[in-house]
Amino acid sequence: MIPLQPPRRLVDVEIDGENVRVPEGSTILDACAAAGKDVPTLCYGDTLTPKNACRVCVVEVEGSRTLAPACSRKVEPGMTVGTDTERTRHSRKVVLELLGSSVDLSTTPRAAEWIEEYGAEPGRFGDDAATVEQPAKVDNELYVRDYGKCILCYKCVDACGEQWQNSFAIGVAGRGFDATISTEFDAPLTDSACVYCGNCVEVCPTGALSFKTEFDMRAEGTWDESRQTETTTICSYCGVGCNLTLHVQDNKIVKVTSPHDNPVTHGNLCVKGRFGFGYV
Amino acid sequence: MDLRFRDAEPTAEEREAVDALLGPPASAWDGGERTATDLRVAARAESSRDLLLPALHAVNDRVGWISEGALDYICRRLTVPPAEAYGVATFYSLLSVQPRPPRVLHVCTDLACHAKGADAVRRRVEERLGPPGESWQPSPCLGLCERAPAALALEAGDPPTADVYGPVLPETIGDGIWTGLPGPDGVPLNGSSSTTSNGTAASDGPRARQTGDAGEPPAEAAVPQAGQDGLVLLRRIGVADPASLDDYRANGGYAALRRAFRLGPAGVIREVLESGLVGRGGAAFPTGRKWDAAARQPDHPHYLVCNADESEPGTFKDRVIMEGDPYALVEAMTIAAYATGCAKGYLYIRGEYPRAVRRLEHAIATARARGLLGAGILGHDFDFDIELRRGAGAYICGEETAIFNSIEGFRGEPRSKPPFPVEKGLFGKPTVVNNVETLVNVLPILEHGAQAYAATGTGSSTGTKLFCVSGGVARPGIYELPFGATLRELMDLAGPVGETRAVLLGGAAGAFVTDPDIPLTFEGTRQAGATLGSGVVLVLDDSVDLKAILLRIAEFFRDESCGQCVPCRVGTVRQEEALHRLSERVDERDLLLLREVGQTMRDASICGLGQTAWNAVESAIDRLGVYR
Repeated sequence: MIPLQPPRRLVDVEIDGENVRVPEGSTILDACAAAGKDVPTLCYGDTLTPKNACRVCVVEVEGSRTLAPACSRKVEPGMTVGTDTERTRHSRKVVLELLGSSVDLSTTPRAAEWIEEYGAEPGRFGDDAATVEQPAKVDNELYVRDYGKCILCYKCVDACGEQWQNSFAIGVAGRGFDATISTEFDAPLTDSACVYCGNCVEVCPTGALSFKTEFDMRAEGTWDESRQTETTTICSYCGVGCNLTLHVQDNKIVKVTSPHDNPVTHGNLCVKGRFGFGYV
Repeated sequence: MDLRFRDAEPTAEEREAVDALLGPPASAWDGGERTATDLRVAARAESSRDLLLPALHAVNDRVGWISEGALDYICRRLTVPPAEAYGVATFYSLLSVQPRPPRVLHVCTDLACHAKGADAVRRRVEERLGPPGESWQPSPCLGLCERAPAALALEAGDPPTADVYGPVLPETIGDGIWTGLPGPDGVPLNGSSSTTSNGTAASDGPRARQTGDAGEPPAEAAVPQAGQDGLVLLRRIGVADPASLDDYRANGGYAALRRAFRLGPAGVIREVLESGLVGRGGAAFPTGRKWDAAARQPDHPHYLVCNADESEPGTFKDRVIMEGDPYALVEAMTIAAYATGCAKGYLYIRGEYPRAVRRLEHAIATARARGLLGAGILGHDFDFDIELRRGAGAYICGEETAIFNSIEGFRGEPRSKPPFPVEKGLFGKPTVVNNVETLVNVLPILEHGAQAYAATGTGSSTGTKLFCVSGGVARPGIYELPFGATLRELMDLAGPVGETRAVLLGGAAGAFVTDPDIPLTFEGTRQAGATLGSGVVLVLDDSVDLKAILLRIAEFFRDESCGQCVPCRVGTVRQEEALHRLSERVDERDLLLLREVGQTMRDASICGLGQTAWNAVESAIDRLGVYR
């Protein structure tokens, strides 16, 4: 599917010595993708405006004093970008160490791979290094908030707020290392403005937000993605026709996602499509 | 916006505090009594999110903390989601969402006070009031460094009050500091003073306990050079009455604005460009270029923001200007607005400066009453007004984009640049943001012309500079020297006490230097691998424990990191942990770790806070050999 867009001017940028031509207004990350470079990202979401908070995607832009976040810096004609320079590799390594030493990255896709690739050693800060470890918040039957795995990427807040759902049930509270994702006065979700659309779960990059089914199965040790199949179908509840991707393990639906490239829903669903599979 | 509230009701007092700021609610939709009309007519929600912080202040000032009911009521009035308002309320250290007593003592434990024995004060307070928490808290720099060690007591009520204590000598602490009431023997409180306010709206912040500035030394007490010839920026301090507009005009006030009107906006910008004035907040960006870029923006309206959120540890120059010569700032803002086409200016002042807030409120009100603010200023076709906004305890809000988020009613998190403020700043509009000292420099430029201004100083650092001298000196305070003077000349004026071991230039984000012949210019300090920053000159003699100072710097950055980006949020914590280990035993691995984390904070943080969080520690390791 090719979305129709007004024609855009192309700009030339140099990525690691290679010339790439991308439409005006693209980000450096887009240009890197066009050049076939694999830049790690965490807080970047394909359906959201990135907050550029995680800083794992930093690249070196010639003439810039600091490193630039590839996910949100727009390309400029004649820009020279280094994605694999010593400075970028160093920053990515340390950022991964800082995250790995403070947050449980065990369910973050590709985290282990990047940690190895950049030679990061999260353990070097010692056993007494402060972490955000805390018990998971299980206050409803649909999804679990395990903030010991939260890297504070702001994606759930953006998805819940003005970028998608406009429910504004959660925000970032506190400051600095003590900042957390929270409802007002840390009230349980059931008292909050949450409508259980699960769009925050859809965008969470670390598994801090997960289906209760997935959380329970992981606790039991029965969660096994290699035994799961994914089937994309159409939601049967109403006439909008949202796409659902059913994740099935042992002939049971274990979670529901939605394709991000759907031009209408962009991966968003409502509570029925997301969680209403018990009848199947 | 469809908002969901929990069933928490505000108390009558909380409701009254909010209504005093916002006026009574118009309908049940925004928190009033339900009437038959409300069921038929939906109220239009006006966008007034920017009043969120003033509303939170109103409740906090009246009750001392913000309850769930109060937060809900504010959210209803302003159509703000409660979860977001909670995020804003928990961002600021002067606001509390937990019950606490009305009187809270803020004990400064930061660098200048630390060098003057704040630890003993802290221990004494802890003996008396127990561990920090509800009734007292250790505080980052209160900007009272010339009176170190200092403390500030804020007491909620109607009206709220603020008491400034300094210097606090632990052995002579009287009862007043705990209760706010004068001691039983009628002796004036130890170094204490109460502030007063002429008062306008209810949310204006802490004000009078008594009338007059009982006890608190006048602003000029912080200026050892006060009254001397040759001062430019400080010439009116101690000379003109800060409360009197007539006195200000009799001492040369409003001559610069008249000249600005003769030159026209483009002429003013040309003068400022030619003067070579650069920003005094720390980044040293050419002011004329900033103004020119903003003035050319086709998008309207343009906004002016005066950054008076002076929070760099050891900095108190802006406070002294605002307390001692408030009309100068009002006039300078008016000129800046005229040059760049702004009709509205925000003066964002830190919440820990009760006297400066009061003086500026008075100055703004008087200027407005005399036609020097408002519509048709001095009979010209130019409208401009200033709105004063109080910060609530967050160093990061002095960052030039975080200040926009704070004014707009969001968490004071820096935005990523580009776009720069002159393109998209406050409310997404072209914005000029300047520090207090930068703005008041515009007055001599216009009074005497760019050439005369540029004749002072060096080629690339023109004019004079204010230095905040504190620590181990006989005469701490604000000094004004032409650019080009050396550190030694400044130190000679202040009179070092004991053997000076090092000088911290530029505050917590600056660097330690040991060479007394370093020229105090932007280029001179840069060459020496340091920075002038905000003009902090903290003198450390050999009695000061440097490791403890470094730990305090690390603790400061950990406390003040907004938490948005990983390098700063976690990096400042790891830096502090490593320094704790190093103060017990020196380990090469920890030094390497500090360097790696420091380099990453410098390279990959979003804003200047993270980028400079390792500067001072690095210079102490490399130049002072602290862990050798």
